[in-house]
Amino acid sequence: MAMTIHVDVVSAEELIFSGLAEFVVLPGEAGELGILPGHMPLMTRIKPGAVRVKMPGDKEELIFVAGGLLEVQPGLVTVLADTAIRGADLDQAKAMDAKKMAEEAMVNRGSAMDYARAQVELAEAIAQLAAIDRLRKQRH
Amino acid sequence: MAGSQEIRTKIKSVQNTRKITKAMEMVAASKMRKAQERMRAARPYSEKIRRLAANLSQANVTEYRHAFLGRAKAVVVKRVGLIVVTTDKGLCGGLNTNLLRQAMNTMRQWEGDGATDIRVTCIGNKGLGFMQRLGANVISHVTHLGDTPHLEKLIGPMKVMIDAFQAGELDAVYLAYTRFVNTMKQEPVIEPLLPLSGERMGTPERGWDYLYEPDAQTVIDELLVRYVEALIYQGVAENMASEQSARMVAMKAATDNAGSVIKELQLVYNKARQAAITKEISEIVGGAAAIAG
Repeated sequence: MAMTIHVDVVSAEELIFSGLAEFVVLPGEAGELGILPGHMPLMTRIKPGAVRVKMPGDKEELIFVAGGLLEVQPGLVTVLADTAIRGADLDQAKAMDAKKMAEEAMVNRGSAMDYARAQVELAEAIAQLAAIDRLRKQRH
Repeated sequence: MAGSQEIRTKIKSVQNTRKITKAMEMVAASKMRKAQERMRAARPYSEKIRRLAANLSQANVTEYRHAFLGRAKAVVVKRVGLIVVTTDKGLCGGLNTNLLRQAMNTMRQWEGDGATDIRVTCIGNKGLGFMQRLGANVISHVTHLGDTPHLEKLIGPMKVMIDAFQAGELDAVYLAYTRFVNTMKQEPVIEPLLPLSGERMGTPERGWDYLYEPDAQTVIDELLVRYVEALIYQGVAENMASEQSARMVAMKAATDNAGSVIKELQLVYNKARQAAITKEISEIVGGAAAIAG
């Protein structure tokens, strides 16, 4: 019987996936990561993209994540997925927005589409497209 | 009969009010179930991240110590941050009032203890309005979260507060929200959020020596910020469950009250009608007696 590893993919808002896998592929910050059972403890950031979980019995699960953190223990993989695409400058922009909003609490907040939000949406769309692309390739 | 007509209109209007409160009660009941589910859905994440943070706090004490963990708890807090989680809408009993009263008393106490700088982040409309009226230093706020709390909307306002702590501008940050005990009971709590306390995270299962990519500091920074956010998110999710159940209970009470008001009015109306009939009869009898006599 093949060796397996327990995989949990959770986001702040819900439990996305939990189960056993033979092999997991993740979009690590420094490049694609392939995790097999018995991998050494690792902690890293992951980029927006697809998490591919190869389950026993030739089944595969493809999960789209908007980035997050990955923890690997020899028998356990935990993906703490973000619900939104994060980045130091994006978060900073959000904080600035919030600050500005507080300062101008009385003033009309303005309806102009702001740059940071557009960037978030764009990055998310690109990552989603990549995930779809991969899914298509697999089918053929 | 003018009086009884007025009473009849009044009864009609109270009946309409009862219909509305009954409907709101049922809406709140169904939303409450969903809000509770969401509260539960957020649990696996906070469990996992708590375990991770606990592991980390032990794993590499020598390598790097984050500002959230490293700073010792100040004996006298001079500069405090308070995150107040309230609802956006009213009609939910004393939920917000109780929380805001407690928050105000705590702030007063801090001031009495020598706090010079109190900054407030408001999540929810009710708290924002209250804090602005109070003249508190509101550094960020977010309103109109809707029925589903999304972390994305919270990131900015939370970061303003977290950054202030990280930059050393604040000694401690507290989180005020209404904890969901059960459908009938919700209690306002003010919990210390930062610096992170060891007992809240629990003891680590085992001190893993992780491999960090790109480096320990970046990863720990990210993790702890997410941990704090998860704690706040959990507070917001609980607050929403509390809101819906408080609203349900309040609306049920309102419906019951409307029922008893209707009963009383009905009694008054019946009396007035009876009095009118009696008066008419006595007038007829009086008239007849005058003719006969």
